[in-house]
Amino acid sequence: MSRELNLTLKVWRQDGPDAPGRFDTIAAPGINDEMSFLEMLDLVNERLIAEGQEAIVFDHDCREGICGTCSLMIDGQAHGPQKGTATCQLHMRKFDDGAEVTIEPWRATAFPVIKDLMVDRSAFDRIVEAGGFITAETGGAPDANMTPIPKPVADSAMDAAACIGCGACVAACPNSAAQLFTSAKVGHLNLLPQGQAERYQRVEAMVDTMEELFGSCTNHGECEEACPKEISIDFIALMNKDYLAAKFKNRKLLSRK
Amino acid sequence: MTINLDAKIPDGPIDEKWTNYKFEHKLVNPANRRKYEVIVVGTGLAGGAAAATLGEQGYRVKAFTFHDSPRRAHSIAAQGGINAAKNYKGDGDSIWRLFYDTVKGGDFRSREANVYRLAEESVNIIDQMTAQGVPFAREYGGLLDNRSFGGAQVSRTFYARGQTGQQLLLGAYQQLARQIGLGNVELHNRTELVDIVVVDGRAAGIVVRDLVTGEVTSHSAHAVVLATGGYSNVFFLSTNAMACNVTAAWRAHRRGAAFANPCYTQIHPTCIPQSDDFQSKLTLMSESLRNDGRIWVPKDPDDNRSPDQIPEDQRDYYLERRYPSFGNLAPRDIASRAALVEVSKGHGVGPLKNGVYLDFGEAIGRLGQKVIEERYGNLFEMYERITDESPYKVPMRIYPAPHYTMGGLWVDYELMTTVPGLYCAGEANFSDHGANRLGASALMQGLADGYFVLPATISNYLAPLLGTKPVPTDHPEFQAAEAAARDRFAGYLSIGGTRSPDSFHMELGKIMLEHCGMERTKQSLEKALSEIPGLHAEFRKDLRVTGDGESTNQTLEKAGRVDDFFELAQVMCLDALTREESCGGHFRAEHQTDEGEAERDDENFAHVAAWEWTGDPAQPARHVESLEFDNVHLAVRSYK
Ligand SMILES: Cc1cc2nc3c(=O)[nH]c(=O)nc-3n(C[C@H](O)[C@H](O)[C@H](O)COP(=O)(O)OP(=O)(O)OC[C@H]3O[C@@H](n4cnc5c(N)ncnc54)[C@H](O)[C@@H]3O)c2cc1C
Ligand code: FES
Repeated sequence: MSRELNLTLKVWRQDGPDAPGRFDTIAAPGINDEMSFLEMLDLVNERLIAEGQEAIVFDHDCREGICGTCSLMIDGQAHGPQKGTATCQLHMRKFDDGAEVTIEPWRATAFPVIKDLMVDRSAFDRIVEAGGFITAETGGAPDANMTPIPKPVADSAMDAAACIGCGACVAACPNSAAQLFTSAKVGHLNLLPQGQAERYQRVEAMVDTMEELFGSCTNHGECEEACPKEISIDFIALMNKDYLAAKFKNRKLLSRK
Repeated sequence: MTINLDAKIPDGPIDEKWTNYKFEHKLVNPANRRKYEVIVVGTGLAGGAAAATLGEQGYRVKAFTFHDSPRRAHSIAAQGGINAAKNYKGDGDSIWRLFYDTVKGGDFRSREANVYRLAEESVNIIDQMTAQGVPFAREYGGLLDNRSFGGAQVSRTFYARGQTGQQLLLGAYQQLARQIGLGNVELHNRTELVDIVVVDGRAAGIVVRDLVTGEVTSHSAHAVVLATGGYSNVFFLSTNAMACNVTAAWRAHRRGAAFANPCYTQIHPTCIPQSDDFQSKLTLMSESLRNDGRIWVPKDPDDNRSPDQIPEDQRDYYLERRYPSFGNLAPRDIASRAALVEVSKGHGVGPLKNGVYLDFGEAIGRLGQKVIEERYGNLFEMYERITDESPYKVPMRIYPAPHYTMGGLWVDYELMTTVPGLYCAGEANFSDHGANRLGASALMQGLADGYFVLPATISNYLAPLLGTKPVPTDHPEFQAAEAAARDRFAGYLSIGGTRSPDSFHMELGKIMLEHCGMERTKQSLEKALSEIPGLHAEFRKDLRVTGDGESTNQTLEKAGRVDDFFELAQVMCLDALTREESCGGHFRAEHQTDEGEAERDDENFAHVAAWEWTGDPAQPARHVESLEFDNVHLAVRSYK
């Protein structure tokens, strides 16, 4: 049966991208532990509005762990204490009565704060625009069963494709690197037969864009720990291998022009 | 204004209409396409696919979304799958059968020609998405796997684990990202449409609000496409993402686009019941679970034993009992209403007695836990994360929740609304599902509209406009619409009342769910219609929006959306009141058979009701488009 929790929140508030930020201490009494973390924040916001104060700004939408919109550092952990769980699926039963809970935005140079807990993650879109696709314009696709794909290959591609693009990997990384995100997209497309034609251009373009925008990977592995979809860092190794091969192959292609 | 409901259905036999249309309509030659500007609002499956394809074809496209990235659209949340008449299983499927199932599933309230085209395009979608790298589930031999879904007796549903919507949306998003990278599509993210501008009877552009800076600006184009999703969130409680809303479609409606069949809403039978009053988002458990799960309630309403202690003969497998041939796979509306009946009779289970059991015990015994884990592992995990109960050990508890809206902006065969140059695609239009949508058919419709239908039909409108320029945004109509939008948002901020937008939303939702939900009566609808205007007036007087309009303000965004829900709610109730029959998701208690089944009235209601805005939300004008059934025999929809 449900418990009631009395919490103290320490919430990062920042009025705009260039404004200095601060921690506000907000009391959150009477929280039903069946609530999700974001329902708790909804309730806190209702109370703030009732007091005439501005609601805490935070990104969220699907509330079922799939859209990748929610994004909070909770007590220093990306998406909070439960492994393999996005913030929106975290429930208050994971917290103790009387706890002080610190809530911050993703912190990374490539993800500037927009307001309070909301950040701008469009750097991820830039990486995908650089090459995270298969060129297959609408119309003229061959029958879908033309190319059988061994189940283990399709399954591995799906393991990578499960990435929700939330940015927890970047937020958890001491260097704010985006290797796990980028390698998940590279892995998804480079494993499939349909992705072979652009395999090497893809990996080179995506990795180069990533390096322009994000920090460098020094193999801490924090990203895999933080990932709500538990994407494996093995995909980083795969990406690095393809990238090396690409540097070689793409140069060879260039010399033929 | 007069509303013209000419559906422009092409001549010829049903299986030649689309081919004939594509041959006869006007084309824009590739070199001229860059002379046209097209606005696409919404980047879900329908909008993302349309913007990408129009960009590929060479049009200059501007795409808008209130999300931070196109990849976040609500389409991402679809779990179960997508239908296509591939007949890869050789179990008797065909374009004709998918067409037939969809018309019948929609309770004979959809347009035959549109549905046939949808079934035709379904096969192309699977080819297209596979070529783009969507990792659909496969069999050991490497070919694509299929499963069956509610309302069909063949296996035609393609899926990618329990994340089909995610994988399809990522496919469309990647195509769109490529076009953005190439400079053919200009993306405006975190930007919300707040009005449509019509000049000389044609769509001229849109007014948008930047959700980061609060700035209101205009954009003009030769044509505007709305692909802005459904309006289930009018009920407050729903499976839709939190930000889903009706504003784009509603603002178009206020500018002359007819709104069709607003009362056709779908309540999904398998959601996790609400755990406290405050919760708005309910989590859907994919309908595919009904393939292996058996639904039951205790025969004795006072039976408080834990489910494993209740012997077989004291359980009521009510769907299997009432619908022996479809059993647990009965269509959504039937399964939902049956659950409502059981819970209202007091047979509900769980702490709030607001659910029914979905039990996998028998399937685990038959197939083993490993097979069940392979099929539904991630869904079971999700359930356990939310409820702290493992469905491997205890039956799931489920209950129906608002999920999908079949109604939407009226469109003709070309997906054009009653405003020339304004198109509508995906869940936002009313076109293909009649009074009830079959599982796995929304993804199919969104992608058919976006990839194959709209990019073909839009040239018919654009071709004669060659050489014209879009209306400049300093035109007085744009200026007036911008000023009105600024005033509207400033107005919410200045009311200074006591209640938050959410508190009004919750109250409106309660009225709608109770009086215009799974079961409607003349009395309940009239009650809703008498209560909503009062609540809306209170909203205008007592709303409190804190913060300001110059930076991100989610309370302010919500206020605008709730304001539009109030007006939509009234036309939903009026539509439900004037449709004196039961069909699909619309169940009028007065119109049922002795066995409690929906009773259609084909004589008087085999038509689309399209509502025209008159300036007074309580007095819209009702128009009808009659539906002809030349290919499918009107019959009582039986799943017994
Ligand atoms: C939980 C869940 C599971 C589902 N599972 C299935 C399934 O298994 N199979 C199936 O076929 N269907 C399923 N559906 C239904 C299906 O997902 C939707 O009907 C479909 O994805 C809608 O796609 P869309 O492109 O029309 O709209 P959406 O994906 O909702 O996209 C709407 C877009 O419009 C934008 N937008 C809206 N308003 C504005 C505005 N005013 N200004 C700017 N932008 C705006 C949004 O930002 C977004 O980009 C499911 C639905 C839910 C809720
Ligand atoms: S809100 Fe969608 S993943 Fe959390």
